[in-house]
This record gives sequence, structure tokens and C-alpha cells, in this order.
Amino acid sequence: MSADPVVRFEGVSVDRHARRVLEGISFSLQAGHFLGVVGPNGAGKTTLLRAMLGLVPIAEGRIQVLGRPPGGASPEVGYVPQRHAVAPSFPATVRDVVMMGRLPQLGWLRRPGAADRDSVDRSLARVGMQDRADRPIGRLSGGEQRRAMLAQALCASQKLLVLDEPTIGLDLPAEQAFYALLRSLKEELRLTVIAVSHDLVALAAEADELVCINRTMHVHGNPEEVVHSHALREAYSCEFNFLAGEIAHHERIGREPSRDCAEPADDCAEPADD
Amino acid sequence: MIELAFMQRALAAALLVGVVCGALGFFVVLRRLAFIGVGISHSAIGGVAIGVVAGVSPLLTAAVFAVAVALGIAAVGRRGALSEDAVIGVFFSGSMALGVALFSLQRGFQQDLFGYLFGDVLAITGPELATLAAGTAAVLVALALGFRSLFFMAFDEEIARAYGQPVGALNTGLLVLLAVTIVIGVRLVGAILVEALLVIPAASAALWTRGWRAQLALAIGLGAASGLVGLAIAYRLDLAAGASVVLAAAAFFFVSLALRGAGPR
Repeated sequence: MSADPVVRFEGVSVDRHARRVLEGISFSLQAGHFLGVVGPNGAGKTTLLRAMLGLVPIAEGRIQVLGRPPGGASPEVGYVPQRHAVAPSFPATVRDVVMMGRLPQLGWLRRPGAADRDSVDRSLARVGMQDRADRPIGRLSGGEQRRAMLAQALCASQKLLVLDEPTIGLDLPAEQAFYALLRSLKEELRLTVIAVSHDLVALAAEADELVCINRTMHVHGNPEEVVHSHALREAYSCEFNFLAGEIAHHERIGREPSRDCAEPADDCAEPADD
Repeated sequence: MIELAFMQRALAAALLVGVVCGALGFFVVLRRLAFIGVGISHSAIGGVAIGVVAGVSPLLTAAVFAVAVALGIAAVGRRGALSEDAVIGVFFSGSMALGVALFSLQRGFQQDLFGYLFGDVLAITGPELATLAAGTAAVLVALALGFRSLFFMAFDEEIARAYGQPVGALNTGLLVLLAVTIVIGVRLVGAILVEALLVIPAASAALWTRGWRAQLALAIGLGAASGLVGLAIAYRLDLAAGASVVLAAAAFFFVSLALRGAGPR
């Protein structure tokens, strides 16, 4: 008998601006697994993550995250949202930003103590950012900022990471470095990871499971099943004749996709989610 | 000048206002709240006029009215039908017009109105100073308690919300603190110029350092220095005290800009 899932969606529907954007989504995710969420532009991928974090209300169904409903004061979830670069003038060091991940544990009155500072140092070390700890966050490159945000998420939780387009805006070496780091963290900490990305090839190569949605659930399974499924083509409304070969190529060369052919066909590529 | 009782009260008031405006100004600059600050400060004139007409403390009614305007701007802005700057423009001009209309009902209104528009710190009384000190202490304590959460929200509101921070309540709280701080500053520099003390010291501080601790401390220091230096100059040169305080803050800013125009490294 398998352990309780870390994340469970049961018939979840979400309405936004009087329009149903997710309908009847059901899946579960076991501890230590990496789930990739894919789907075309506007499919509701980011909304799915936001519902899981308690950031948008659900209209129907039930979500359980680590055995509890989403949201709450101490959610034990590390979150890296899709975001643009931090303003260069923002007056915080990398260490300050990572310490923000401890805020749910600190509450309003307690000042950060030795345990909190240790947690920040360990998180920075895990992402290889110790030497950048005292640099202003706004002065880092996009890839370094992503690693800092990952350290913040690790500081918040070493059980479940939720990543929204984690590699968007990164060049190829930075994207590869990010996924390599994520793989080692997942193995080392037995992290459960759920990530949304428009990069189907990269997610298919990195994740243990894929979910494809386009408002409704189209397919959930291991990446090989999903990329060969008719349901995936239905969700994107196009063919992926090259997809399986690209994923194999990605894995063969150390998970280094060729940017020119890593995306689905042009008519179904997307820059960002809803 | 220090031996004069009215100057002692005025200097104490300038110090308090400079400190509280510098501290809150850190978030005004970081969260880009300058325009909403202008809206709230100008609308305080409506609250002052209600107090004058009703015969109750104008600063008390100004505080209540400014908080109501701040919450009103936030509530209408959240509906999303209008941009926030349009909403601020409506509240700001409407409540200021209400103030001017109510003042016009009073005999000799120009004198009172001028004092609230541009400040009249030399006339501050002992009880008013005590109220101002209590208000300053309340704002600083609230800011200290909520500082980490407000700073987190300034960095990324979405992550802060995901990590359980009560973002809506904190945003409302910040607007209430802004409204209270503005009313605290009205006695020193007036409704028209109080925004300057919320923006200029914090903006000057941001030119010098990229660390939040140093930036906050410098904003408070420059706010206090602007109050004290401006008042001293006003006394020596017989200038309007409020304008002199703001000119001192502006001088600090332009010196900072000349020396650190490219910003901190």
C-alpha cells in the first residue's frame, strides 16, 4: 500500500472572472516525485499551481497539500513563481531574500535566531550561492536570481517545491544548470517537486510524471506515455512528430536540449501561462 | 532660539515628524506609494475643515477622514474598473474641494486654511505635541511589528501570500499608517508639502546605500535633520517653517544626487 500522496487534487474546478478556467482536475503526487505540468498557452497551468497554494479559491472539488487544505499561516511549501528580474535598486542582499523564506516560522514577534541563520546558510550552500550571500539581489544575473529564489524556497520547505516556469528567461547553460541543481536537490533531500513549464521537451526529460491540461485534464502518466499519447496532441491541437526524438536527444547529451528544436511546433509554442 | 518655549515645542515636533516620515517613507519609496500619499495628504484638508466646522479637533477629524479616504481609494482600486491613479485623482480633488468649500463658510477662513495647507508648527501647543508624540510612537511600533512582512511584500507580494502572510490586511494597514503619518506631518509642513517628507529623505537615502538597514536608518536621520535644520533656518531668516523644512530636505537630496547620482555600488 502506497503512502499518502503529498499533493492530491480531487475533481478541482476553478472560476476566474466568471469563467471556468479549470474543470474536474484530479491527480495525486507521491513523495519524492517530480511532476511536470504542461499544456498550451492559457491552459490554466499557473492557475493550477495558485489553487494548490491557496492563492485562488476553488469552485468545486478538494485539494490536499501535505495532508491539509491549501494556504494557512505555515504552508510548508517552497514556491518559486514566474517572475521578471528583481529591480536593481531593491535594498536586499541574497541572504535577506533567502531569510524571507523563514517568515512563516518566525511569525510577527520572533527575531531570526541562530537556527534561522543556519537554515539560510545551508540553503545558500545547497544552491552554490554562499559566495554571493551578501550581494544585492538586484545585481545578480537572471540565473543567479533563480538560484537565490530556489534557496528561499528551500528555506521555506524541504518537503515540497512548487515552481512556475522556473527556467523562463534563462539562456541554455543557465537552464541546464538550474535543472541539474534541481535533480541533485531532489535526490539529496527526497524533495517532491511540481513544476509548470512551456518547455515540454525539458520537462519530459526531467520529470518523473507529466500532467497535460487544457482547462480539463487530458493525460497523466510517465513522460514516455504522455508524449506518445493522442491526448497530448489533442490538448495542444497539433502534432509533435519530433518530440520523442528530442527528449531522447535531451537525455543523451546530458539533458541539453537544442534551443532551436526544443520547442513544440510554432503554432503551439507559448511564451507564458495564463 | 532654543530657550523659547514655542521653539522647543516646534523643534520637538519637527524631530518627531522627521523621524516618522523618514521611517514610513522607506516603504513609500519602495512600494511606489508617492502618488497615493499625495492623494491622502490633500484629502486631509477635507477632514480638517469638517473639524473646524463641527467645532472638534481638526487633526482628529483629519486623521479619521484621511484613513477613510485611504481605505476608499484601496477599495475602489481593488474593483479593477479604474486605474489606481484615476481613483486617487477623484478622491484627492473631491475631498480637497470639500475642505475649501467648508472653510469658505467660516469667517476669516483664509488664515486657518493657510495654516493647514502649509503648516504652522510655531503655534503648536503642549497637548498637540503630546498627541503628535503618541501618534508617532504608535506608527513606529506598528511599523516595527509589521516590518518583515511589509518588506517581504515589497519584494514579492505573490510569494508572501503563498507563505501565509495576510497581504490584504497588511496593505490596508500600511495605508492607515500612511494616513496617520500624513496627519502627524500636517502641523509641521502642511497638507500640501507633507508628501515631500515622505519621499525626499527616503529617496536621498536610496542614493547612498543598497542595504535596507542603512537605508532605513539614513531615511530617518535625514528626515529628522531636515526638520531641525529647516526650522533653524526658518527662525534665522524669518521664512515659513514648513517650506523651510522641505527645502532643507530637498537640499540634502540634491547634494546626495550630486555626490551619488549613479546610486550605490
